[in-house]
Amino acid sequence: MWKTILRRLLIMIPEVILLSVLVFLLAKAMPGDPFTGSINPKADPAQIKHLMEINGLNDPWYQQYWNWVVHLFHGNLGNSYQYQEPVTRLIEGRAGNTLWLAFFTMILTYAFALPLGVYAGRHEGKLPDTIIRFYTYVTFCIPVFVILVLGIWIFGYVLGWFPTTGSVSSDAQTWAQTVGSRFYHILLPSLLGALFGTVNIVQYLRSEVIDAKHSDYVRTARSKGVPSKDIYRHHIFRNSLLPIAAFAGYSITGLLNGSIFTETVFSYPGMGLLFVNSISYRDYTVITALVLIYGILNLVGTLLSDIILSIVDPRVRIE
Amino acid sequence: MAENFEKHSDISAADLARLNQEAQAEATPSTAKIIWNEFKADKPAMAALFIIVGFIAFVMIGALFINTPKMMETNIMDYFDKPFTTDFWLGADSGGRSVAKQLIVGSRNSIGIAIGLTVISSTVGICWGLISGYFGGYIDWGMQRVYDFTMMLPMLMMIIVLVTIIPHYNAVSLTLIFSLFYWEGTSRLIRSRTLAETQKDYVAASKTSGTSNWKIIFQGIMPNISSLIIIDTTLSFAENIGVETGLSYLGFGLPTQTPSLGTMIANANDPTNITLYWWTWLPAALEIIVLCLSISYIGQVLRRAADASQRQGAAD
Repeated sequence: MWKTILRRLLIMIPEVILLSVLVFLLAKAMPGDPFTGSINPKADPAQIKHLMEINGLNDPWYQQYWNWVVHLFHGNLGNSYQYQEPVTRLIEGRAGNTLWLAFFTMILTYAFALPLGVYAGRHEGKLPDTIIRFYTYVTFCIPVFVILVLGIWIFGYVLGWFPTTGSVSSDAQTWAQTVGSRFYHILLPSLLGALFGTVNIVQYLRSEVIDAKHSDYVRTARSKGVPSKDIYRHHIFRNSLLPIAAFAGYSITGLLNGSIFTETVFSYPGMGLLFVNSISYRDYTVITALVLIYGILNLVGTLLSDIILSIVDPRVRIE
Repeated sequence: MAENFEKHSDISAADLARLNQEAQAEATPSTAKIIWNEFKADKPAMAALFIIVGFIAFVMIGALFINTPKMMETNIMDYFDKPFTTDFWLGADSGGRSVAKQLIVGSRNSIGIAIGLTVISSTVGICWGLISGYFGGYIDWGMQRVYDFTMMLPMLMMIIVLVTIIPHYNAVSLTLIFSLFYWEGTSRLIRSRTLAETQKDYVAASKTSGTSNWKIIFQGIMPNISSLIIIDTTLSFAENIGVETGLSYLGFGLPTQTPSLGTMIANANDPTNITLYWWTWLPAALEIIVLCLSISYIGQVLRRAADASQRQGAAD
């Protein structure tokens, strides 16, 4: 068990190093230099050259990379040109919003998917199952951004039930009002995200329940006279729940990637919107930092899922 | 031979023909035949098939008759013309450009990129999975590490960054950038099936009789998992429509002068457009939904055809 986790962690190290090299080289390849925007247009080209020299931008790339990594470990990600403040502080302010939205979406996804999956499996081939399978088929392939745009149009603009921009309303005064307003702002995006993100969990749980229905332990429980309701609740559901829990890590990565769309559609000030804006303003320090953070979060999410899976199912352990 | 047969056998020629026919009928029908039967049995699937084929043919041919640069010229007199008027049966956008014409050219571009992406990424994914699963050992280990690494990359962000780095990109380079990241799902699926297939007797028999590895992979294993490949390709086509349109929606896909379903939906980013001038973006959004649902439905039917226990079409 511990061996598996240790091996998994060891594999991670070269991956992180490779990611950081890749991110660094991509940042180097972007047009423009780090002083674009921070100097005035009348600056002397010689002066710029001097600045480049002082900041080590004429060094070979591996030396620049090393300096960058050293800064990284000191928690220094550079300054944003667009906002003129440290990238770490900028991202700190946005990360909370993104994680809060992703976390809430995940809770809603599980809240929808678990009952649907068990119900569909229990009534396999009957009307409820057909309806649920139709629902998963519809939600399976429609691109999320189309749903978000239609959702904000219908519920945000036409019906006016939900706010269409921002993360908290400006006239929230007390603590309770602030929390309430935050909650109100993420409700529509997370509801839409959850309704259209259940497919994997529902399908997995459904086939799991169908398999379990014919297994020996369920037959034993039935012959003992355990009521059908309890069999589903205590025997089958519990057995199927752990592999489902392992999906949580993967869904974090999916939600983070999706946050770029969600935050753009709802003008929600999180990391995804910050990324899109930074690209438009060619704000390279912010872009580099965000790609690195998302990559590491992806890695941690996958790691988490793999570890849970290897605890639950010894067959997938790395040999 | 035939003469001998007739001389010594008491089966008449008519009987022989009948027996042959019966044997034909009892033999397993070909994959194409099974799939066709399945479509014949399922009317909605037939409708979906006709919608998709007809629509793609329509936009591909229709776009040939539209002069794109002329269409993209702004004309202030037609600013936000309402739909169902004499000149514009789907209205005009903020530049007085016809929505209907943009929709046709945009569909051609978006579907074309989706087809290109599906062909490239599926080919790479299938080869990757077959080779990785067949050879196993160090080759598999190395290929799996590459796979793990690309899985870890924040896909959407990487694509956006690459698009901003490349100075002059067009539909082809865009498709290639997407393909860098979208082979993974296919490769995983094909690898796990190949792993199982490699254990089977026919592979061992081919190996002992000295067939070359490549011949076993592409003439032995690949035809045997062809149903899986067909299903996966269809479903990834449905998903790939969302890839380019999504990026264009964010503003990092096709350039603004090249219409795409995504850039049309991006009209909805403006709070006035989204409510007052709904005809500029709603048709494109609905079109994507219909396209995706139809293609995915065809995928479901193919999946049923591949699994003999779920077939609805009679195998006659």
